[in-house]
Amino acid sequence: MSYEIKLDIFQGPLDLLLYLIKKNEIDIYNIPIALVTKQYLEYLDLMKAMNLDVAGEYLVMASALIHIKSRMLLPVHEDEEEPVDPRDELTRQLLEYQTFKAAALKLEAMNILGRDVFRRPEPGEDDRDDDNRPLEEVNIFQLVEAFRQIVSSMVAGELMEIDSERMSLSDRINEIMEQLTKEKVLTFLELLGDTNDRLKVIYTFLALLELMKLRVIKAYQAEQFGTIRIYLAVEE
Amino acid sequence: MDAIKAIVESLIFVAGSPLTVKKIAECIDGATEQEIRGAVQSLIADYEGRNSGVRIVNVGGGYQMRTREDMAQWIRKFMGLKPVALSRAALETLAVVAYRQPVMKSEIEKVRGVDVSGTLKGLLEKNLVRIVGRKDVPGRPIIYGTTKKFLEVFNLMDLSELPTLRELKELESSE
Repeated sequence: MSYEIKLDIFQGPLDLLLYLIKKNEIDIYNIPIALVTKQYLEYLDLMKAMNLDVAGEYLVMASALIHIKSRMLLPVHEDEEEPVDPRDELTRQLLEYQTFKAAALKLEAMNILGRDVFRRPEPGEDDRDDDNRPLEEVNIFQLVEAFRQIVSSMVAGELMEIDSERMSLSDRINEIMEQLTKEKVLTFLELLGDTNDRLKVIYTFLALLELMKLRVIKAYQAEQFGTIRIYLAVEE
Repeated sequence: MDAIKAIVESLIFVAGSPLTVKKIAECIDGATEQEIRGAVQSLIADYEGRNSGVRIVNVGGGYQMRTREDMAQWIRKFMGLKPVALSRAALETLAVVAYRQPVMKSEIEKVRGVDVSGTLKGLLEKNLVRIVGRKDVPGRPIIYGTTKKFLEVFNLMDLSELPTLRELKELESSE
């Protein structure tokens, strides 16, 4: 069993770079790349020595820094109209990240519901106030059970037929999405129509699983073994 | 007026989630939205005036009764809650979504410089972030935005109440 430890001090390579810039009191618009690269690599070594898994992102940044450093060494062609500073892109990225870091701190400082301020629990503690009927979120097993019911209720013993019509999962996904966009809410049965085509049932089921995984749709049922309703995950 | 005020108070009390003026007006025959707005304002002033531990706030497009923030320690003790905080990673991801929405996962990752699959999933599960749709570019990537619950949790009337990025930049450079 392996444990993944995330050094909580740094939220990624950009955060580490900002830390180094602050520590060395560097002007962000004029980063001494050689110095920063050296210290950055030292930190990576330190993290490795502490047996921390250095995430790939840190290594990507390391190679980017080295690349910038090597470009700084190249002579600038005089005929170039506007010599581009190889550090520009990095500076822009750092400034942007710094802004959002500040935004995150601002969010944290707010009076957060459930941490600083509290409200009365809702009746039944259900977050969906637009629908009075409390709906239960369906898990994969319940969806599998519904699928099993439909397959077993299909008329068995038909003649075998090789269907030349090919169906693809992405086609079925698109069909379902189209249907849902039009109808807003559909039951599992409605999605199937009155089909007896086992392949279609399977593809519908696979498409639903895929869409649930992508969180494009949501499935609810009011009670156990009740009808499963499929909604678009998009609100309003 | 006092009658309407009392009704409004009772409705906000039972509602739990933020209650819109429109919804209140539907419940009280013969009261205009104007009157209800007035009643709410008067209630807010009442609660503030008597230093109540509870207040009525305008949040996520409606009115909600909440405890005052300086009551938090006793409430946590009473409810046996530990102060829950979102991780720095989650907050940063949430900040990018809030300011850049509708935003693709790849755009968030570009800003933060790290993979955000895990934190984004957590935010979706907490219902702070939602899928708004898909972008009409090759691959049809999913685009994300914040939810109404995000406004409720962070005590915001609407998104315009967030400090602007310019304000944040000024804050940063004045440090």
